[in-house]
Amino acid sequence: MEITVRVNGVSYTRDVEPRLLLVHFLRDELGLTGTHWGCDTSNCGVCTVQVDGKPVKSCTMLAVMADGRDVLTVEGLEQDGKLDPIQEGFSVCHGLQCGFCTPGMMLTAKALLRENPNPSEQEIREAISGNLCRCTGYENIVRSVRWAAEHQASTTEGVSA
Amino acid sequence: MTVTEEAPKIGFGSHRRVEDARFIRGRGNYVDDVQLPGMLHGAILRSPFAHAKIVSIDTSAAEAHPKVKAVITGKVLETLNLAWMPTMSYDTQAVLATDKVRFQGQEVAFVVAEDRYSARDALELIEVEYEPLPVVADAKRALDPDAPVIRDDKEGKTDNHIFDWEAGDKAKTDEAFANAEVVVAEDVLYPRSHPAPLETCGIVADMDKVTGKLTIWCNTQAPHAHRTVYALVAGLPEQKLRIIAPDIGGGFGNKVPVYPGYVCAIVGSIVTGKPVKWVEDRSENLVSTGFARDYHMHGEIAATRDGKILATRVNVLADHGAFNATAQPSKYPSGFFHIFTGSYDYPASYCKVTGVYTNKAPGGVAYACSFRITEAVYLIERMIDVLARKLNMDPAELRMKNLIRPEQFPYRTPTGWEYDSGDYPRALREAMRIAGYEDLRREQAEKRARGELMGIGISFFTEGVGAGPRKHMDILGLGMADGAELRIHPTGKAVLRISVQTQGQGHETTYAQIVSHELGIPVTDIEVVHGDTDQTPFGLGTYGSRSTPVSGAATAMVARKVRERARIVAAAMLEVSVDDLEWEAGRFYVRGDVEKGKTIQEIALAAHSSLELPEGVEGHLDATCVYNPPNLTYPFGAYIAVVDVDPGTGVVKVRRFIAVDDCGTRINPMIVEGQIHGGLADGVGMALMQVMAFDSEGNHLGASFMDYLLPTALECPSWELGATVTPSPHHPLGAKGVGESATVGSPAAIVNAVIDALAPYGVEHIDMPLTPANVWSAIQGRPLRTDLAL
Repeated sequence: MEITVRVNGVSYTRDVEPRLLLVHFLRDELGLTGTHWGCDTSNCGVCTVQVDGKPVKSCTMLAVMADGRDVLTVEGLEQDGKLDPIQEGFSVCHGLQCGFCTPGMMLTAKALLRENPNPSEQEIREAISGNLCRCTGYENIVRSVRWAAEHQASTTEGVSA
Repeated sequence: MTVTEEAPKIGFGSHRRVEDARFIRGRGNYVDDVQLPGMLHGAILRSPFAHAKIVSIDTSAAEAHPKVKAVITGKVLETLNLAWMPTMSYDTQAVLATDKVRFQGQEVAFVVAEDRYSARDALELIEVEYEPLPVVADAKRALDPDAPVIRDDKEGKTDNHIFDWEAGDKAKTDEAFANAEVVVAEDVLYPRSHPAPLETCGIVADMDKVTGKLTIWCNTQAPHAHRTVYALVAGLPEQKLRIIAPDIGGGFGNKVPVYPGYVCAIVGSIVTGKPVKWVEDRSENLVSTGFARDYHMHGEIAATRDGKILATRVNVLADHGAFNATAQPSKYPSGFFHIFTGSYDYPASYCKVTGVYTNKAPGGVAYACSFRITEAVYLIERMIDVLARKLNMDPAELRMKNLIRPEQFPYRTPTGWEYDSGDYPRALREAMRIAGYEDLRREQAEKRARGELMGIGISFFTEGVGAGPRKHMDILGLGMADGAELRIHPTGKAVLRISVQTQGQGHETTYAQIVSHELGIPVTDIEVVHGDTDQTPFGLGTYGSRSTPVSGAATAMVARKVRERARIVAAAMLEVSVDDLEWEAGRFYVRGDVEKGKTIQEIALAAHSSLELPEGVEGHLDATCVYNPPNLTYPFGAYIAVVDVDPGTGVVKVRRFIAVDDCGTRINPMIVEGQIHGGLADGVGMALMQVMAFDSEGNHLGASFMDYLLPTALECPSWELGATVTPSPHHPLGAKGVGESATVGSPAAIVNAVIDALAPYGVEHIDMPLTPANVWSAIQGRPLRTDLAL
């Protein structure tokens, strides 16, 4: 069936199978491979994107359910060559190692910061408890989100490494 | 640790990672991101039974599916002599089952279709008739005389025995036990678990029938070793094989072996003439790929009444699953388990390990275990606490009394290891200082008086990592040395090519820092190339915490070769003798005349110019090196866990965790601390929730993340790290491996803390994982068996 989904500000119209998962729509149909897939059961959270501003695990949402809705993926975080503070925070605070959970983790954290611009450590831990990370032990992810909270308003230089 | 803007740009220090720029933008390139024109997708049909005879397989309906391009069964592979493949332990493993299936989830057929959904649809169309057989689900029953023989494919095999292996001096140990004042014993299980990297295993195989070149994208931790294995197994010419390990979403040992799905995808590409992608789903990852641990251990300690250890004795039953596919140096069927004598000084020790087949998935050495040191450290550290309880001694005092003293290094252990360097008491004192150990004990006493359960657990570990010296260590006959190549371009920029492959450890940053440290070239001027066998020198890969000890050393040595060539070039430029030159950060200068010198960048340009060089000296600065480590490196550490236990529910809360690690020189302390953080979370998972249990039919009870639980941010405390630095004399930078230290060291601290908390109930041991049900049952005096649901 034909659907139109707005992804990172761009509208895409595609004819898809009703059973196609949103994660596969993003990755295979649109080539946006920054959204990863990890478990099939909504436990790991590496497929997290935002749908109409809310974090959603895209492995448990059908692409057809996103028809007419607004999806934000990791590729949409950087605006006009400026990194989002959450991206900058993850790099500054070493909040990532293999990078596989990072896109989903950032989109969950960004949604938290929109609702709660100054979250405590415990609030951050609760917010990201649906996103697994096997590398960092979460310590530096929590710090990264705090860093982003403290740098929300300011713009920062890009990570050119 | 947060990196400041003043972070050093040359040499060691907490430099921000080069890798991050692509990962935070979603621009990584993982194996499932690889898209090739005309690419097909593979899917595997797996056995629902743990042990069953295959009566028939009918693939006709699947083959008739309009989008299916090929259906491959064991019968097809037999015609190619590929139905079975060798394992890394010189056993064989079925690629696709022909005679019978031997574990639930075993590979039975492979479908190649136009898209991943159609491939899955076609699996449903394959009809397999099975005849179920009796199952060996309990390792302790595997050697019973009436146990069904799992490996009847092996000629003359009449039981499920794989190997017996021993280390140490049995007679001396038995004598020490016979004369000891105190002997303690405990049965300790390290249950079967799984590394569960968030990215599952996968491959894209692309055979070019015109050139005969087979290009493989695979998230392997050991691309060079895989290339050689494919060449040997399939008879493919090695120069026509190219393995590209792209970005890898975590490995932890799960991505070392060659899996049947890889062979199937390669065959699929050869058969169809198209690229074939196969990426396993999460259940496939958990039920069929390299599990970890599964050691049933009986430990004993002999000691004096005042707490001096005299000897240890260990007997292990090792569950290796249906095929013996553990990956470790060939001479060591039990990996480095015989390092279980731990961090303590005593004269006698002996262990015997018996490996058995069961109807479970193959594997065993995985999950940041440093070749079974995880099991070894857990056992000795649990046993030390058992002894402390028996002697009514504080576990810190008992450890301090027996730790190897700094002046005893290099220290030869009773089972033959030569520990390189250490100051163990200093590390333990530092951990106790950070924890506020005495205050914690006071708090615990007050809480106990109120009926509250608080526990303090200590673990002290020594690891041996960086396999390894070639004369002792090989995998499938491949010596464990690693190469490095360093090119210095005319403008003084560098390209380093290394054999090891990162799965998140930050090699692109750390290895650039090593070159920068040795040559004074800014880190950002150094490109690190890895993960492509056509682009990098041979080496055995990244696992067992071996990258910095072996490949990091190779990098330092190749940079030093470049520096010595640069010295000759600088001498020619300055018209002085090489002996008159001094080196300081990035520059040779004439002794006694600091102003007169040449930078490495000036030297690089001159080395490529028409400058006349001494007779026999080649131009350019490029160099290669192969590093054969003289010994393992031996990182160590002292960990303290503080837990609270709810007696009503059995819920364990890890309130604090203090980790003092000594991994010698720290090249990038930020990355080192990140590695430790991750390992500590593994310890929480292992101690409290992660287990792969089976029912009596061999059904896997942890086949998804709904049932195989991993720690989230809520179960992990904020880690409190400390450090001591004792450089290794056996590494050119004094560095030791660190990637697995915390995974190895932390579970015992948490379990010891919980047992400590439960002391008022007389609980002396509980097997991991300490789930609420398990802890609650132990409080009731009925500890559970965690590996089986019978």
